[in-house]
Amino acid sequence: MQAIAAQVKEAAKKLLEDKKVDLVVGFAEGSLPLRGTPLFARTPEEADQLTWNRGCENNLANFLRKREGKVAVVAKGCDVRSIVALTKENQIDRDNLYIIGVPCDGMIDRKKIGKLLGGKEVLAVEDQGDTIVLKGNGFSETAKVADLLHNSCIDCRYGNPVVYDALIGELMPEKAEEDFAEIKEFEAKTTAERRAFLAEEFSKCIRCYACRNACPMCYCTECFVDCSQPEWIGKSAADVQDNILFQAVRVFHGAGRCADCGACERACPMGINLRLLTRKLVKDVKVLFNAEAGVSMDDKAALATFTADDPEPFLVKE
Amino acid sequence: MIVSKKDIPNLLDKMIAEYDVLAPVKKDNFTVFKPIASGADAVLGEGNTKLPAKELFFPQSEKLFSYSVTEEGAKLDAPMDDKKKVLFGVRPCDARSLKLLDNVFDNDKFQDPYYLTRRANTVMVGIGCNMPSSTCFCTSVNSGPFDTSGLDILLVDTGDAYVVELVTDKGKALADQAGLAAASDADKTAAAAAKEAAVVTCQVNTDGLKAKLDVNFYDPIWEKIHEKCLGCGACTYLCPTCHCFDIVDDAVDCAGCRVRNWDSCAFPLFTLHGSGHNPRTSNKERYRNRIMHKFKYFVDNFNEIGCVGCGRCIKNCPVNMDIRVVLENIRGSEARLDS
Repeated sequence: MQAIAAQVKEAAKKLLEDKKVDLVVGFAEGSLPLRGTPLFARTPEEADQLTWNRGCENNLANFLRKREGKVAVVAKGCDVRSIVALTKENQIDRDNLYIIGVPCDGMIDRKKIGKLLGGKEVLAVEDQGDTIVLKGNGFSETAKVADLLHNSCIDCRYGNPVVYDALIGELMPEKAEEDFAEIKEFEAKTTAERRAFLAEEFSKCIRCYACRNACPMCYCTECFVDCSQPEWIGKSAADVQDNILFQAVRVFHGAGRCADCGACERACPMGINLRLLTRKLVKDVKVLFNAEAGVSMDDKAALATFTADDPEPFLVKE
Repeated sequence: MIVSKKDIPNLLDKMIAEYDVLAPVKKDNFTVFKPIASGADAVLGEGNTKLPAKELFFPQSEKLFSYSVTEEGAKLDAPMDDKKKVLFGVRPCDARSLKLLDNVFDNDKFQDPYYLTRRANTVMVGIGCNMPSSTCFCTSVNSGPFDTSGLDILLVDTGDAYVVELVTDKGKALADQAGLAAASDADKTAAAAAKEAAVVTCQVNTDGLKAKLDVNFYDPIWEKIHEKCLGCGACTYLCPTCHCFDIVDDAVDCAGCRVRNWDSCAFPLFTLHGSGHNPRTSNKERYRNRIMHKFKYFVDNFNEIGCVGCGRCIKNCPVNMDIRVVLENIRGSEARLDS
């Protein structure tokens, strides 16, 4: 990781020194252990703060829409998928974007650490490759990185950036097809069970919209929840039905565009299982149209195209 | 007075007979304040609850009144939550946040009956913080891990028991009802030792901050500060002192209700005028407002910093926008005069 961090820094500094770009979007060391934080470097000196670690969990494609000038981004596999999807939607000008691709085998989920340590506070970490040492007041615990990764990272088959201008680090080995086990389990529930599950899950929602704002694909000039005339949705968080409606619209709007990066779930302060919904749509798009968002610059987004033999299982047939 | 930890569930059960008792309960991997049906449900001694105590006095969505117009005439119904409550196990920072909010909801111009009725009917029983978190900076904002300013009773954890400190008459009345044993000198020494041992390591320097904010409204530093902010409301909704609200009518035909909802300066709807004009057009103005409100406007209006240093915004921000770092950057920047 340290070697990659040094190379990222080097590459970014060079781009800025050579005036190939005006801005590099990457990660700096955050203020908490295992926490990267987005950094906007405009000078080689500022680029000195760039780093790479297991806490670089934000999807930086979110900061790239409608940018002026030449921009470089330090991008993991999922960031690149979103960049590809946004480029097709004319939100990013690929000619003005320089992608410093970093193959990624996963970011660490701090919620899983919390669970492992029973809520004890981590004050320092030591990355040892496959294992990580978590240190706090009066304890030091070694854990396997693989056990702490975000679920989205465990499921991810695109850790290697699908497009890049420079690559840092080594390409990851291919992973097996995903099985969508938890989605199949959800689908197997009865309607009443699903409704009960969603009502319980979305009773936690505080409508802070962190999920929406963390998502690179959520960029409507005016989100339907922010519209007051007409008021499409109740503004209070007290009504679980409204919370579910908000998520339902958000998730459907991402169908065929969502790269399954998990940014929404990571951003949620209340720990809502948001990916269950986004991933259900990822599975549907894959099953119905054999399509995945942002994996190729050439194909069209599944729901932005039409062919006469598109499957229509959702239509009521005579 | 002193109460053994193993006697707490019993003590709470007795209180439940007379009061609505609100205490931290486990929800997934965090705790939240909820009314408890049994004393055994209270989860004490963990860090701060996920959501602050403000929601118990100033709910995220509150029906102010409901109305209907029928052939018989107009009907108005204004519910008032005047139940007697005990808030048990609140942390001193959260309790202090209510002292700050009192300035807003009870002043020369406005008295908010909904908030004030709940405040008057609630006994605040706090637990001091023996192990402040690395993100706690209460001592930098005129408070501390054993601050009693918002409490009626302070409990000091001495291992197997809590030493009870009575702060107000309201607290004394509750403790008298409970009939607790007297604390020995040894217990008192243990409580003093616990207080001594609790160290808030994180310090935020606020020297000169207000003077800087008085003149830096147009400082280009705001362009940089907000850049990574996503514009979500996580920090404001989890903040114990953020209190902006919006009032809406939920109505169908001739019946409806007026609801007060939390608002957030991070949102595009915040301060959007009916004309379509918004004085805070972008994330920059909105984030600046959050900082200004806490560290300048609140000080101007009430002579207090509008932050209790609980650290929730630091722990929960999706992009690690750390208010400690932001304040340090502001202090370090070259102040620009308002123009």
